[in-house]
Amino acid sequence: MLDVFIFATLNGLVTGLLLFMLASGLTLIFSMMGVLNFAHASFYMLGAYFAYSVSLQFGFWTGLILAPIIVGLLGAIVERYGLRRVHQHGHVAELVFTFGLAFLIEEAVQFFWGPDTKNYQSPDLLDFPLFTLFGQEFPAYRGFMIGISISIFIGLYYVLTKSRVGIIIQAAITHPHTVSNLGHNVPLIFMGVFGVGSGLAGLAGVIAGPVLTTFPGMAVVLGSIVFVIVVIGGLGSLAGAFIASIMIGLLQSYAIASDVGMPDLLNLLGFEFDRNHPLTDLWTLTLPQIAPILPYLLLVLVLIFRPTGLLGKREQ
Amino acid sequence: MMIFLKKSIVWVGYLIVLLILPQFFDSVLAVSIFNQMAIAIVFALSYNMLLGQGGMLSFGHAVYFGLGGFLAVHALIMIESETIYFSIIWIPLVGGLFGLLAALFIGTFSTHKAGTVFAMISLGIGELLAASSLIFVSFFGGEAGVSGDRTFGPSFFGVEFFQDIEIYYLGAVWVFIATLFMYLFTQTPAGKMANAVRDNPERAEFIGYSAKQVRYISFCASGLFAGVAGGLFALNYEFITEENLNAATSGRVLLMAYIGGLGYFIGPILGAVILTLMNSLLSNYSDLWMLYLGIMFLLTVLFLPRGFAGFIMMHQLAWVRHTMKSLVVPYLLTGLPALLFILTCIGLIELSHTGETELNYLGFSLDPTAAIDFVLLGMIAGGSLLLTKKSLPQLRKAWESANEIPEDAPSEKVE
Repeated sequence: MLDVFIFATLNGLVTGLLLFMLASGLTLIFSMMGVLNFAHASFYMLGAYFAYSVSLQFGFWTGLILAPIIVGLLGAIVERYGLRRVHQHGHVAELVFTFGLAFLIEEAVQFFWGPDTKNYQSPDLLDFPLFTLFGQEFPAYRGFMIGISISIFIGLYYVLTKSRVGIIIQAAITHPHTVSNLGHNVPLIFMGVFGVGSGLAGLAGVIAGPVLTTFPGMAVVLGSIVFVIVVIGGLGSLAGAFIASIMIGLLQSYAIASDVGMPDLLNLLGFEFDRNHPLTDLWTLTLPQIAPILPYLLLVLVLIFRPTGLLGKREQ
Repeated sequence: MMIFLKKSIVWVGYLIVLLILPQFFDSVLAVSIFNQMAIAIVFALSYNMLLGQGGMLSFGHAVYFGLGGFLAVHALIMIESETIYFSIIWIPLVGGLFGLLAALFIGTFSTHKAGTVFAMISLGIGELLAASSLIFVSFFGGEAGVSGDRTFGPSFFGVEFFQDIEIYYLGAVWVFIATLFMYLFTQTPAGKMANAVRDNPERAEFIGYSAKQVRYISFCASGLFAGVAGGLFALNYEFITEENLNAATSGRVLLMAYIGGLGYFIGPILGAVILTLMNSLLSNYSDLWMLYLGIMFLLTVLFLPRGFAGFIMMHQLAWVRHTMKSLVVPYLLTGLPALLFILTCIGLIELSHTGETELNYLGFSLDPTAAIDFVLLGMIAGGSLLLTKKSLPQLRKAWESANEIPEDAPSEKVE
């Protein structure tokens, strides 16, 4: 029992930290431009695919550095020539634009790389068990993923709160006009933040590609979960996104690892049930079965009872 | 009186077009495309009630379409097993009522706010339902879906609905009724208030309307008609799967409504017709049509924010002022190179993607292994793009002079 629990926790942490790399960029972009970027997970997918192509030629480590930079540049271009243009038509147009972009990127990926799964491998250097617990091995690559995510988190926190650039960014979020009057190029800051956010998503794709498989549907699989996290954490709140990422990661991991369900609950309460009842699907639900819908359930509940999310600001 | 007459002529014309279309195109393929169009028109119009008229961006509209469709198929099964007894012509209504029921429930908590909150709730509910549909197998039938048979139950004046063409006429009548009611809804106080709440919820609240309630009414009406579309789908295909209520279907209806033009009642109809045609005709020629669709959608959002209908309506002033003639030549001068550019780009994309040794494109035979073909196409594309760019200033000039209001004339009222 304990070994299941420990491994579920570790795997949940890996997923949660990975989700945070996506959510941090998304929430930062939201607080700047007020638009939820539907294509954010598509940049994550592009990261994995670029890294795969680079790794075929120059190996994994070059891909780890090059792919996020390419994706970041691509993100900056999208902001400069796409989003900024649509901005004048209002928020709905912006949201619809990013939605269309996500659609297009998925089709483009299929065009350039084909619809099949790519054999993107983790490097041989990290191909050993980090430690063995209760006879079960924990791969070093997952440890590496945790390390990268945590260092990104610390780096981001440091840059945003301690550095001059970070302070200007924070000021531009709340008072763009004042910052502009002080002589800073606010549109450039927006473009930079969008680029860096996309690059972070790309980096997440690079390190997740070998574990979660690299295929054209990988953006859809993760995309809506990242939305859920950003909304649950409170739109625009980095700390909230962190808490929500870890929470969702652990929740899903525990739900999948558990083996309880409605039958156990009913037995515990002393109910008998009939296998041929029309609602039999409901009586026989198990927790692993509903693991994929738990985040969405949580999202709807949070939006109903606390629309600002866990750490979101109170609306005026 | 005159306006009423003018409007009725439009509606009678619409009905006639719907009814005589199969007389001109009577192949099996054409009828099946018309059936798809009928479903798409009702679905896209119901979506426009939310986004275009109510300002609620939904990423989960397929929920009401799918639920209506599932219940409609279950109703077909019940008619077959003689649990219930009525003619299948009422099936779309069954779907609609279930869509309404779902909207009545979901709307109670999702319509508090428009904008991002509404969009996120709709996304969450869409994903929730799509995921649950694979869990609750007895109602949703798992991955295989559920299927029924529309030929049971009492016949309708001797019509048994064995053939697609009979379903088309039934569908056409339903489409007409649904379109008419959706149009009439926009003319009711509730429809007008929906526009007001979309544009400025705060002011609407100040004059005594609850923005939430206004949104709720639009939301329920929209759910009703989405369910009708789902019922039509069930009648046409006689089966429905989880795919019909997932995010992809929700996305498609957003594309239809947006490409057609959100602000106009006719916009979604245009979008539904264009997209259905693209879907069924282009997919025969190219497996890349989704890529083209994506590009077209992005270009529409970037350059035609009011969609195709908006583009047509832009010419209203020039039409009224009889200056359309002066626009024809400039349009041709810009349009022809632009068309050439688009065609060569598609040629390049197809050529680089084809798996065969020879590509027959628009009567030209191209060789994907020969670099010269790529270079040639690239040069044509570059040249035509240059021509298009060069001709833009004269188009802009012609446009301005066509829409210029003479200084001595009293200012004309548009609309």
